[in-house]
Amino acid sequence: METILEIKGLRKSFVNYEGQKIPTVDIQQFNLYKKEQVAIEGLSGSGKTTFLNLVAGILRPDEGQIFFEKEDVAILSESRRDLWRAQNIGYVFQTFNLLQGYSALENVILGMAFGKGIHKDFALALLKRVNLAKHIHSKPRQMSIGQQQRVAVARALANKPKLVLADEPTGNLDRTHARETISLIQEVCAENGAALLLVSHDHGVLGKLKRVIKMSDVNRAGLPVEAERENNPVKAGA
Amino acid sequence: MSTIFLIVGRSLRQHLLSTCVTSIAVGLACGLLMAVFAVQTQTYEAMTAGATRFDAVLGARGSPLQLVLNAVFHLDVSPGNLPWKMYMAIKNDPHVAKAIPYAVGDNYRGFRIVATTPELFSYKSVGKNFELEPGGRFFDPNKREAVVGSFVADKTGLKVGSVFNAYHGIVFEEKMKHPGQFTVVGILKPTNTPADRAIWTPLDSFYRLSGHILRGAGTNYVAKAGEAIPDEYKEVSAVMIKFKSPQIGMLYDQMINRQGKVATLAWPIEKVMADFFNKIGWFHNILTILAYVIAVVASGAILAGIYNSMNERRREFAILRALGAHRFNIFTVIIMEACVIAANGVLIGFVVYTIVLSVASAILRAGTGVVIEVFRFHPVFIFAPIGIVFLGSLAGIIPAIKAYQSPVAENLVPQS
Repeated sequence: METILEIKGLRKSFVNYEGQKIPTVDIQQFNLYKKEQVAIEGLSGSGKTTFLNLVAGILRPDEGQIFFEKEDVAILSESRRDLWRAQNIGYVFQTFNLLQGYSALENVILGMAFGKGIHKDFALALLKRVNLAKHIHSKPRQMSIGQQQRVAVARALANKPKLVLADEPTGNLDRTHARETISLIQEVCAENGAALLLVSHDHGVLGKLKRVIKMSDVNRAGLPVEAERENNPVKAGA
Repeated sequence: MSTIFLIVGRSLRQHLLSTCVTSIAVGLACGLLMAVFAVQTQTYEAMTAGATRFDAVLGARGSPLQLVLNAVFHLDVSPGNLPWKMYMAIKNDPHVAKAIPYAVGDNYRGFRIVATTPELFSYKSVGKNFELEPGGRFFDPNKREAVVGSFVADKTGLKVGSVFNAYHGIVFEEKMKHPGQFTVVGILKPTNTPADRAIWTPLDSFYRLSGHILRGAGTNYVAKAGEAIPDEYKEVSAVMIKFKSPQIGMLYDQMINRQGKVATLAWPIEKVMADFFNKIGWFHNILTILAYVIAVVASGAILAGIYNSMNERRREFAILRALGAHRFNIFTVIIMEACVIAANGVLIGFVVYTIVLSVASAILRAGTGVVIEVFRFHPVFIFAPIGIVFLGSLAGIIPAIKAYQSPVAENLVPQS
């Protein structure tokens, strides 16, 4: 199988209030194949979100290489990383991160606007696919939590990404909605040929994916310190 | 670009109150700035060149400005009278193209009554011929008749066939009523000059008004009914003069102002008024500075409005960045927002300008007869909007830099 994502010697640290450098991510090797769907299991504070932000190019690593289709995105300039992210990455957040002043359709359109361009018909098709055809003009606050997460899923796929990152996508949902949402993410990723890298600590979710990796198995950074960092947030350099 | 416009539009709508208030503040600044320049330019032009076609005013010894204000703009008081023979000497000078006498000192409900000869109407005294409203005619110099300026007719309701009494002095006082009534025989079409604010009557009827004493010969003379008034007793308040060439004006200036002691020649009228404007130039400068300060304050309002919204928008920008928006996209959004607010302000500014100039025009017309045109082009209509939008964009730079520098990962997390 062809690798879409290959990570080598990835390190990221943060500086706490006392000026100490706290390692958060330290991954020697990680591979993800095209169209593969992988879950990373980890407790809160184990560096999962930081890892996804590194993969998405939102954070720049201190060390290491992130090869995406053979190209090391870790060394790209920030503007190139933005463009690369806009063209290749879909991101589903635990808190949905929908833009409140925009309708469902506009949120999805903004998901494609900075990458391959706006295709309204595709945005409408995505919303229809996630059963929100009747809510295209609804603002997030006018929708249920489950509907909001479906908008977030549609938005993550709007730019026809090769890789979808999902950060605790069911963290704010009840069990029924969580199951539906995870199935939806898996289905639409498969339909669109996108690989899926999902992090969660919910075993109900993890059980739905064939390959599950424990964060503690790949991340050599110390868990207790990371947990401390999340309890006492420090500034992260993007 | 459509994405940027979508984000800008949404943002402005989300902060509608702030957007509106800031736009109105910018509009006031822009409108005032344009109004200050337009009023200044048009007033200057109207009062230095557009009010009369005469070159000079001859009057009693005194201030040339007072003479011009009194004879041309029907403001201020007359500095005194000249003997008729002086008027005749100028009139008969072959170097003088036109000399028309004015006698003033009466009013009707505050509007000046100017006694003159019918020649005034046949000469393009205000740059064009006087024209009458339908049904009117110019007065007969031997009858107690009047031709009324358009503004006076509007304000007093005088129309052809109306009769009225003159009141002594330049301020309307009931007890100063002259016996003997004037009949209105014509209403002048608007000239947009001070002539619109005057009532024009024949000289002879002025001399014969009860209470008027002629002192042209150095002794008191009261006109008698049915008898011609000897020229030596007649007086005039001013003589409006058109020279055949500017050199004659210089000669007269030398002769009357430097060598003579009896009269004053206000020449050229444009220069007298230009000097006056130069003396009150500080007032215009203050207004201009004030308008500039308001523009800067309005730009500050744009800065404050956008800057204050930055905290609540950090997450929005972080989400956009996570979706692939480049830092420069975010920077552009903020600058565009500032631009749009400023541009809205410019549109409001034109409304403000129209209101301010309409009011200023009405006040100026009522006070001087000079009319300023609200919709006359002025270069300020170009440079003020451009300047305001530029200033507005500048005001957006600080919040734009703040947004530009905002870290993504930190701000993706909901702030409690």
